[in-house]
Amino acid sequence: MMPLTAIAALAALTFAMRLTGPLLRGRLTVPAAAERLFAGAATVLLIALAATSALTEGHGFAGWARPAGVLAGGLLAWRRAPFPLVVIVAVGVTALLRLAGVP
Amino acid sequence: MRITWRTALPAAGLRRDGGVRDGGVRRDVALICLADGIVGVSFGAAAVAGGLPWWVPAALSALVFAGGSQIAAVGVVLAGGSPLAAVAAGAVLNTRFLPYGLAVADVIRPDGSQPSGSQPASQSQSPPGRRSPRLAPVARLLAGTQLITDESVAFALRQPDPAARRRAFWTCGATLFAVWNATVLLGVLLGTAVSNTGAFGLDAAFPAVMLALALPTLTARPARIAAGTGAVIAVALTPVLPAGLPLLAALGGLATGWRPGRGRPARSCRSSRSATVNPEELPAGGNR
Repeated sequence: MMPLTAIAALAALTFAMRLTGPLLRGRLTVPAAAERLFAGAATVLLIALAATSALTEGHGFAGWARPAGVLAGGLLAWRRAPFPLVVIVAVGVTALLRLAGVP
Repeated sequence: MRITWRTALPAAGLRRDGGVRDGGVRRDVALICLADGIVGVSFGAAAVAGGLPWWVPAALSALVFAGGSQIAAVGVVLAGGSPLAAVAAGAVLNTRFLPYGLAVADVIRPDGSQPSGSQPASQSQSPPGRRSPRLAPVARLLAGTQLITDESVAFALRQPDPAARRRAFWTCGATLFAVWNATVLLGVLLGTAVSNTGAFGLDAAFPAVMLALALPTLTARPARIAAGTGAVIAVALTPVLPAGLPLLAALGGLATGWRPGRGRPARSCRSSRSATVNPEELPAGGNR
């Protein structure tokens, strides 16, 4: 469950990070090392989230259909396919595999 | 996220360089909205299909308005994680808005770009014919702040002059806000109406989006090692740790290959392949 306070907290943190730049315009530069740390952390989180949400459901394995669909989408993304195509192929492959009886 | 515009913008046919006319901006914004709309529908549907009440995705979309962190937060909660872990994961993803905000500060607050500029003078400084809404400075600051996204920032920064940057930022940001919230609500309706969303494979949309967002940033070897290690850590810990914690533990992957002072040359030169704004230029650019 996600209580309203959690949504409000995430919204407030996000807004604060958005607002800092415009408020401090010209008076603040983010150190390059800090910016790379932010970027690196975001990438690691995204890939970890992709891996866990593709492979696991709760504390167990999610079945084969979802990882296979995600893999197909991921290959397209790797080949720089258009974003909508990546999503549609991932969803479509998963749906077709489930139609064929793959869990 | 910087990540989005690396994938989404080239995908939308934005490789063209030079000035972009308004018709071009509108078409490109429409393509971006199509892509984000698909994500919005899957997000709304997956959130309610996973058991969350309809207002959770709706409130997140209006108040947070950042697809990646919304998906991450809901993903953590749906996997059984604590709200605190969900907020932490979402907030880490949104730290990129700090450099973004610096990059578009003069787009959101055109007044006072001269140090001496005061509020009344600002009105006359605004170029005639600009299409940004006529809002009071504070309201414009708050509205513009909420509209900072990967897409609006990327659109703004590729325009040749300040007036065009403002137009592009507001056009893209406002359109995207409307489309994102509308499609998330559509997804909520869909997820409520369809009893078995799993049959439609919608659960594959989240991880696919994450991959599409992150893969283009994995050009440098240290980044790949860090991300790969993080993924292994997260998957390995998922059976044993409460949900949400494996994700945060994945940040330990940063300790492997990644160093603050390294990897930069590789990233800069290879990222030119994607023909988008080099993110390294964002903070240093400051006020052009």
